[in-house]
Amino acid sequence: MAVTLTRGGARVDAAGAGPHDRFAALRRSLARNLRAHAFLIGALLCFVLFTWYPMIREIVMSFQRVHYGEAQWVGLANYRQITADPEFWAAWRSTLEFTGIALFFGFAAPFVAAIVINECRHAQGYLRVLVYLPVMLPPVAGILLFKYFMDPGYGLFNQILHALHLPTSSWLASKSTAMPSLVLVSTWGNMGSATLVYLAALQGIPGELYEAAELDGANLLQRIWHVTVPQTRLILSLMLMLQVVATMQMFTESFVLTGGGPEGSTTTVVYLLYNYAFNYDKFNTAAALGVIMLLVLGCFSALYLWLERRGREE
Amino acid sequence: MTTAAHSGATRTLVSPVRLAQPRGRLLYRLVLTLVLLVTTIAFVGPLYWMATGGFKSSQELVRTPPTLFPTHPATHAFTEAWSRLGMGGLLLNTVVYAGGALLFQLLFDVAAAYALSKLRPVLGNVILGMMLASMMIPAAALVIPQYLTVLDLPLVHWNLQDTPWVIWLPTVANAFNIFLLKRFFDSIPNELLDAAAIDGAGPLRVLWSVVLPLSRPILGVVSIFGVVAVWKDFLWPLITVPSHETLNVGVNTAATSMPENSLIAGLFLASIPTIALFLVFQRNIMAGLTAGGLKG
Repeated sequence: MAVTLTRGGARVDAAGAGPHDRFAALRRSLARNLRAHAFLIGALLCFVLFTWYPMIREIVMSFQRVHYGEAQWVGLANYRQITADPEFWAAWRSTLEFTGIALFFGFAAPFVAAIVINECRHAQGYLRVLVYLPVMLPPVAGILLFKYFMDPGYGLFNQILHALHLPTSSWLASKSTAMPSLVLVSTWGNMGSATLVYLAALQGIPGELYEAAELDGANLLQRIWHVTVPQTRLILSLMLMLQVVATMQMFTESFVLTGGGPEGSTTTVVYLLYNYAFNYDKFNTAAALGVIMLLVLGCFSALYLWLERRGREE
Repeated sequence: MTTAAHSGATRTLVSPVRLAQPRGRLLYRLVLTLVLLVTTIAFVGPLYWMATGGFKSSQELVRTPPTLFPTHPATHAFTEAWSRLGMGGLLLNTVVYAGGALLFQLLFDVAAAYALSKLRPVLGNVILGMMLASMMIPAAALVIPQYLTVLDLPLVHWNLQDTPWVIWLPTVANAFNIFLLKRFFDSIPNELLDAAAIDGAGPLRVLWSVVLPLSRPILGVVSIFGVVAVWKDFLWPLITVPSHETLNVGVNTAATSMPENSLIAGLFLASIPTIALFLVFQRNIMAGLTAGGLKG
């Protein structure tokens, strides 16, 4: 251990020095490390308390139940209980439905918006501000606003549809249209940040690529498909991943707008978890659901990492 | 910074030659007008409806066809919204939560990133790795054990529910902040710090008078997003501070029991602070988005 670490991690061999020097070096190194850890301790404690410990606690809890204030091991009983609940499968179905529709619209919309804005030679700053504006609203304000627009009777949307002689919709009130309506609200509120990220990526594409493609006779759509998409592939896949993980945690929209209804059609997994804990008072079963969620979303993350590594090796 | 696209120096999807032709110019004008129109209606329209809705009566709000301007503008709904929502209290709570969270994040995350980047203690990389790995954890899946933890903090047995600490401290455990800050600190040359150290400055002094002044842009980004995240959060404040609600949660709690025009007025009032923040710090926010996004 007769080695001191200088700043920057370079190793300086002090083995040749005498025992006295060696002791001093060790003491210096110890003091330096203590000081460095003093800088770290605040953040480290917060991570321990609010991320790492809860993670372990959730797994432990999911195999236990509380009887008269005493935790007892119950094996897989919580998992059996949650998977036997028909609401569990319904919740996964609605979550996947939301994620699916949200990806179809919410993933395409910002990309298309970014391409269009990038082509505008005027008012680009204005458009960027507009698209991002809803992101800055308190989410509940934006969401509640849509409650009025989507009212089947006096709502603005149906009035516009009616004026255009198009069929009106029952929006949040019907089982089949409730989820797509929530996707609309959530896309409106959140697409701004993805749009701006794509816009920055588009501005990094060298213009010669488009020129070359044009000389080869590629039309507008072909240029998008063969130049724009491959050039932004990395950021596209990153955002796809982030969006899958974010949309699968959807809660606020259905809590505020539909309360999980009609007929449980918008009860997402996180909503069910909330219900189990705070309405049915079954924290341990909720923890089991949390662990299942961690595993499913963990698979998505792992799949993404694997895809990204494979993409980089090619 | 983005004006390069306007100048025609950078070539984009559509060629500048095409645009210079009369037909191209006409088509461009047409598309531009359409884009401006659609975007304005889609993104400002709802906000306009919200801003004017508070000046209408509840009957006028649900009238078909809807009115574009309030027929008899009245401010009554705004005063009612302010008092019935307890807007002053909600606003104060949210400012206290966001301000404290910002303070703690700057204090602890900057110190941690500095230690990991420049002081490099033993096990530093292991700690950094574990912090970054937590970015993969979906936040909502951990809500239950986190909630039980703040009800009875391990070892000291404090109940943090309904205190600002329950909002402040968990925001410090933000791996993305530490990642951004560390990456920025890594780009500051060590020679600069060594020079200060030779002059007798300790690590704290070096951080304060060398590193921080250089890091203003990244500190701005971390601060703005720190404040906005607390302002927008819903599930966590909903369960942890039920008697001292944030603006976001409080508006929802009161929503069902209010006349419609007052609620719309309340939504508008609740939206003003962050919209104002955005219009003032527009540039930093947009720069911050890409700083975080591009290098994942």
